[in-house]
Order: sequence, then structure tokens, then C-alpha cells
Amino acid sequence: MVQTETMLVDPAAVESALSLALGHGGEFAEVFVEDRRTTGISLDDRKVEELSSGRDRGAGIRVVVGETTGFAHTADLSERGLLAAAEAAAAVARQGSPGVREVALEGRTVPAPHRFEVAPESVPKSTKVDLLRRADEAARSSGGEIVQVSAGYGDSRRRILVANSDGLLVEDDQVRSRLMVMCVASGDSGLQTGYESLALTIGFELFDRFSVEEVAEKAARRALVKLSARPAPSGTLPVVIERGTGGILFHEACGHGLEADHIVKDASVYRGRVGEQVASPLVTLVDDGTVAEQWGTAAIDDEGKPSQRNVLIEEGVLTDYMWDTLRARKEKRPSSGNGRRQSYQHLPMVRMTNTYLQKGKDDPEEILAQTPYGVYVAKLGGGQVNTATGDFVFGMTEAYLIEDGHLTEPLRDANLIGNGPEVLTRIDAVGNDFDMCPGTCGKDGQSVPVGCGQPTLRISGVTVGGTAGA
Amino acid sequence: MPELLDLAQRIVDDARPGEEVEAYVAHYRDTDVRVFGGEIESLSSAESSGVGVRVVVGGRQGFAYVGDLDEASGREALSEARDNASFASPDEHAGLARPDGVAPAALDLWREGAASTPTADKVELAMELERLVRAGDPRVRQVVSSDYGDGQVESAIASSTGIAATSRRTNCYISADVVAGDGDDTQTGAGYSVGREPSDLDVEEAASDAIERATRLIGARKAKSARLTVVLDRRVTATLLALLAGTLSGEEVAKGRSLFSGRLGEEVAVPSLTFVEDPTNPLAFGAATYDAEGLACRRTPLVEKGRLSAYLYDTYSARLAGARSTASAVRGGYKSAPGVGARAVAIEPGTLDQDGIIAQVGDGFLVQGVFGIHSGVNPVSGDFSVGAEGLLIAGGALGAPVREVTIASTIQKMLQGVLAIGGDVEWLPGSSSGVTLAIADVAMGGD
Repeated sequence: MVQTETMLVDPAAVESALSLALGHGGEFAEVFVEDRRTTGISLDDRKVEELSSGRDRGAGIRVVVGETTGFAHTADLSERGLLAAAEAAAAVARQGSPGVREVALEGRTVPAPHRFEVAPESVPKSTKVDLLRRADEAARSSGGEIVQVSAGYGDSRRRILVANSDGLLVEDDQVRSRLMVMCVASGDSGLQTGYESLALTIGFELFDRFSVEEVAEKAARRALVKLSARPAPSGTLPVVIERGTGGILFHEACGHGLEADHIVKDASVYRGRVGEQVASPLVTLVDDGTVAEQWGTAAIDDEGKPSQRNVLIEEGVLTDYMWDTLRARKEKRPSSGNGRRQSYQHLPMVRMTNTYLQKGKDDPEEILAQTPYGVYVAKLGGGQVNTATGDFVFGMTEAYLIEDGHLTEPLRDANLIGNGPEVLTRIDAVGNDFDMCPGTCGKDGQSVPVGCGQPTLRISGVTVGGTAGA
Repeated sequence: MPELLDLAQRIVDDARPGEEVEAYVAHYRDTDVRVFGGEIESLSSAESSGVGVRVVVGGRQGFAYVGDLDEASGREALSEARDNASFASPDEHAGLARPDGVAPAALDLWREGAASTPTADKVELAMELERLVRAGDPRVRQVVSSDYGDGQVESAIASSTGIAATSRRTNCYISADVVAGDGDDTQTGAGYSVGREPSDLDVEEAASDAIERATRLIGARKAKSARLTVVLDRRVTATLLALLAGTLSGEEVAKGRSLFSGRLGEEVAVPSLTFVEDPTNPLAFGAATYDAEGLACRRTPLVEKGRLSAYLYDTYSARLAGARSTASAVRGGYKSAPGVGARAVAIEPGTLDQDGIIAQVGDGFLVQGVFGIHSGVNPVSGDFSVGAEGLLIAGGALGAPVREVTIASTIQKMLQGVLAIGGDVEWLPGSSSGVTLAIADVAMGGD
């Protein structure tokens, strides 16, 4: 057993809780401890409306017996609190012989501990507020038609400790920082909006490395451009997606379908298809929790497994799914480091980290030049997928009409709709550029930060949900 | 609950001269059961609680929360909120709610059954739902999850401006996610039932709902792009109404971020349409005695006979607009300060049922489900473009199933295009109720 003074809880208390849980008949038990501090600042209508800060501390305990998981959580991190939660979680395992089965924890070092330079709590609040004022100023300076600007700043510091009945004991200290800007522009055609965000898994040094003004100007430009936008076409068209922004398409359109929980329950179109050609040979899809500083990056997942790089699709061939501890145990294979949870009050499940399509060989300008007619998506918004059918939708929040290989007119917001497996086979050009974007992924009521990335690429046909005839 | 109000009051009592302080204290008890393949997949029972403190001083507002009910933590949150306030911009409209003399509605939203029902019986509800769905139709391939969940929330709010209110509520639900198929074709559907205690739940209805929704889409194909009349299923209407309520937030309106800014008194919809927010209706899932600032909830007609008649306000946005609060402050638990939101919006129902509306429409598209709502609807410009699935309507009857299409229009046009309003009211989880709704001239995007 190891013990350091800075640990979130007394490891001896954790050992007792795990021993108690196993004593009730649990086959596997886990204690997840979290101490999260957050700061949020919002600026709206030229005013710094509110600063909010919060702290949540607690432990979630799960006990697995056969196919069943019992779960309880507590905000009381004393030995008494942990034992009570362990008792409650183990209630599902009553049939076991009573008694205590000893668990000896063994501290393990995390191979690539999370790094940050400037802890958010060390930065004066006034400095954080200044960022928003600068963003407001820059956005409003972008054009007289910008009538409203709202901006948000957020940071979080999340210390976690994971211990389980296999003896694992690991800790991580995760720091994230972000800024987002939303602009409203007003013109003859009504109101239009533009949004841009900046978010990385680092400390306040984020704002030394990136310009708040650029983020704000991007958001403003998006709103301004759409003032002269025409309705998007309606129908099936070739779509070129700019690097970075389309990563979410792969997250939604096939990433979710490669999560082992959907696979095991026969609720994914990709079940039983490992080794098969499921995508265009131009497609290599990776989920990688180790990409430095990205929004979905962490040293360990929320089950204590070190993050790793997992190739999901290689040159169009399905190579593997993503796994958490529970699903992996059943298949007698290791977890792929994809067990994540929103907080100590939630059970972990299979989640993506940073999901991206690897870059290809085409010149992005050539891809556009060789598209006689279609839609160019410069910014995709959120999306949603039905993993059982593969059907997905995405919002385009900055898009242009392509005519004769050139961008002509900006288009009003509309959704794209398609079927994941079909779209993967219709990718007919992949650029040699690359970028990543931050996102928040929701699944089963839990939100976690994720990264998405992709090179500029073309899909030969996707349905565009506009109102104009295509 | 007296303990919760006491704690809130003790924090508020620490207000310094010139400060307004509000403390919101909440305690939650939840049970969640998931069943798969006749076994309990997970069973979670949890209690959690916390305090959110808001401080307004010199027109500056700050907020802080802490995830426990320790009095010392509460005081820490107060001092943090106080510090946060010092960095905000002064705003003459900032300030906490003051009692406004509106009497709270007599609502009883608490049922002992939520707590007293043995866990084994709750588990059995989810088990039974799974069994019924599996046995209900040979085309059911998988019940991905069959869930039971309940929650008990007790809360108290006190402020140095004279607010003191407590409330408590229970709710529970069962739901099933189903995959059905025939040959190579796979479709999904979900069914649920909601109530305030387990005995309110209708397992058979949830099961048949899930089965019907999944099986009637089997064989669905993309349709040809067209402009047509859409008939929105009750759940789809409810989703749309929740969005519409968002555009009527007095704060968004005042800040020029709503397509309804400056349109009070104008004809914004067909004359047959009346749209009301009424959290005092006990049938509403979101029914509440008090809003998130401790004012008594009240009925507010938003659109009357097609004419825009009111916006929703909390205390701040009301001051900003020179209006009175409609007691429409909502908050996401103790972790956030209040903002404007609807709890229970509904369209005044018509008389026809869904079959009657389908017969009346003749040709069109029954929209069973929409997705991509958050990415596809812009509450500022009114642009509307969402993914949809459902059944074509031909000759006044349901026809071929359709998937992977979009429906697009603008919110403005859709409100003016309402052809028929159903009488088939269904209160759904969330902040709105649904009726079948027919809307003319919507673009369907497909092949």
C-alpha cells in the first residue's frame, strides 16, 4: 500500500470499502473518488453577468456480481461514508457468503501524467474576466451589423483517484480551459448567428498560446457572412467538409456504433464485422486519448486504465471496437481505456476520447476544384446518431454552395442527414491537411469532453436538409 | 424540509449591509434500474445534496455552489459568491426576487409510493416491461435497455429580500429502447410511461408504444424531396413547443436574440393557436409551486388566438424589460444560478384525434420522430431543419414508412401554416405537452 499526504482519501479507508464490498459477494469492486473545482464566467450584452464557482467532492462505488452492477455514491469521503456507500452498492450481491475479503492496493504510476503549466486557481479572476471583455470588443469591431455578443469562459480542475479489487490504485489531476463566443448579426434578411470556441486540456497557458481576438472574430465573421446567405438546397449532393470541423461526423456516424456496449447488445450496425471492409479504403479511423492537450485527452480513463491509441478502422477495414473494463472482462480482453463518466455520481461506460480520421494524400484545394456542384461545410454544429440503424444528422453552421469548383454563395443553417455506414463508403477524397475540434459528447444522460478531427474530405452524396430545390 | 430551509436561512442571515443574498438548498434521492436479458444490468440508489448561493451587491452578481449540506461549506460558498460578485459588471437591473403577493397554487407533487415501494418491485417493473416487449411482436430483435427510474427532490430557498419557500416532488418513469427488424432491415423505437409514483406507471402501454414505434418503420426508405403537409406526432409537437418557449424567453428577447423580439401584440400564428405556460396544472410533468427564485408559479398565456401576448420573465429579465416576473426562473439544481425557462407549455387542444387529422390532411407525411433538433433549429433566425422518420400519408390513410429525410421550414412559417390541432393531449417528460399538429408547406429533403 502506498500513501501520500496529498491523496484525496485515505487509502486504508478505500481498502476497507473494497474489502467490505467483496465480502458481500462482489466479484469486482471499484472506488472512484473525485474532487472537482470549476469556474464559469459569462459576458452578455456588454456586461460581465456572472462569475460562478463550485466544488464537488465525493466517491462512487460499484460492485459487480455476475451480470449485475450495484452502484452508490456519497459526498462523505470519511471511512464511515465510504463503507456506507460500499454497503449500499453491494446490496445487489446479497447472495454471497458474508465476511470480508481482503484487498491490498498497490499504487501504480501513470505512464504519461497529465501536464499543465498554469493552474486555473492561480490566475486572478480579473484576468479571466479581461479575456471576455477582449472577446466582446473584437467581435463588435468586426462589423456594425454585429448587434449582440455573448462569451463564456470556463475552467475545471478535476482530481480523481481510482482503486479496485484487482489492487489498482491510481490518481490523475486533469485541468481543462475553454472560451466560447456567440455573435448575432442583424441585416435585411433577419438575424444570423455565429459561434466559435477554443478548448484544450491544459491550464491558463491556453490564452498565451491562442488569441482570444481571433476566436471572437471567427464567430463574428460567421454571423456576418450568413446575412447574405441563401437557403440551403434540399436533396442529395456531394459535400466537401473543411478540416477539423467534420471530425464530429465520424464521432457520430461511426464512433458510437463502435462502442462495445452497443456491440454486445446487438444495437450496432457494426456488430460481427471486424475484419470486414466497412469504409472506403481512404478511411483510417482512430480513437486516441493520448493526443497531447486535446479536449478528450487524459492520462487515465475513469476506470484507471492508461489512455491509449486505438485504431478502429484501418484503410476501410474494421479492426476493433472500444472497450471499458466491464465489457472487456466479459470478453477476457483488456480495456482499451475508453471507460469514462461525467462525475463520481455516474457509472462509467464506453466512451470515445479523441476520435479522428487520419489524413490522406489529396490537396484540399484540388478536392474543391474537382467538385462541379455541391455544398462546402466550413463549420459543422452538433449532431446525433441512432447506433442501431446508423442514421445521423448534423447541423451546418457555416456552409457555401460549390459551383464549378468554386465557393459561390453562403448558405443558411441546415441539417445534413445520412447513414453512417453508407457515408463511410462514399468518401472519395481525403486531404493531406488535418485539424481537431473540441466537443461535448452526450450519451445516456452523461456528458464528457471529447476531441474530434479530420482532414478536408469529400463525401460523394449526403442529404442536405435545406428549403430550396437542389 | 424544515432543516433545508433552516440551513438556507442561516446562510442568508450572514448577508452584510448592502448585500442581497439568496441560498438554494436541495436534496435528491434517486433510484435507477436497468434490466437487460432478464437480469439486472445495473442498480443504483443514491442521495446527493448541495447549496447554491447568489450574492448581489452594488448591482453585481456572483454565484457559487458546493456539493454537500455542511453549514461550513455553505458559508464558504457564500464568501466565494461574494468574491465572484466583485468582478461582475454593475447592472442596475440585477437583484433578487421580492415577494409579490401571488399566492402559491395548492399542488401536491409528492407521493409516498416513490420512496416506500420496495426496490425489488421497482426492478420488477423494468423486468416486466422487457418481457412484454420481447413477447409482444416476433419482429422485436432486441430490447437494448428496459429502465425504471425515480427521483425525490426536496428543496428550500431563502433570501435576504424576504423569500422563504420549500417544495418537494417525486417522479418516476419506465422506458424501453427496442430494435426491431425483418430480413436485413433494422429499425428502433422507444416507449415509456411517466408518473409521480410506481402505481401511476402503465407497463403495457409503454411496451405497446415501443413495439409500435419500432415495427411500423420496418422497411422504411428515403423518400423523394417534396413540399408537403406534415402531421407531427404528439411527442414531436412537444419537442417543438419546448423550443418555441425558449424563443419567448424575456431575456433572449430583451437582448435581441429571439425571432420574436419587438413583436408583442402581432399576429405570429394562425388564429386557432393559443399557447400557454401553466406550471400550476398538476397534470404537467414540470408542474411546480414555486419558481427557482421562490415566487409562486402562475399561468401565462404566451400566444392568444394567434397573437403574441407575453414573454417569460424571471426577476432580472423582467426588470430589464420593465415588466413583472412571470415566475419563470428555472435552474439546473444547486449548481447553477437561475435563468429564464418554461416548465409546462401547451397548445390549447382542438377536437380531432390523430386519425381524424390524417384523414383531413389527405396527403402528407406523419412525422413520428425528429432528430438533430439542437443543431437544426436556430432560435434566433428561426431556421428549422431536422432529421425525420415516419410514414407517408396518402388518401387520408397511413402509407409507406420513411427514414433518413429532413424536414425544413422556419418557425415563423410553421406557426402561420398550422392546419389542424389535435385534441389528443399527452403530458410528456420535460417542459411541454403534445397534441397532433398538422402544418402545411414544409420541405422534405430526400432523394
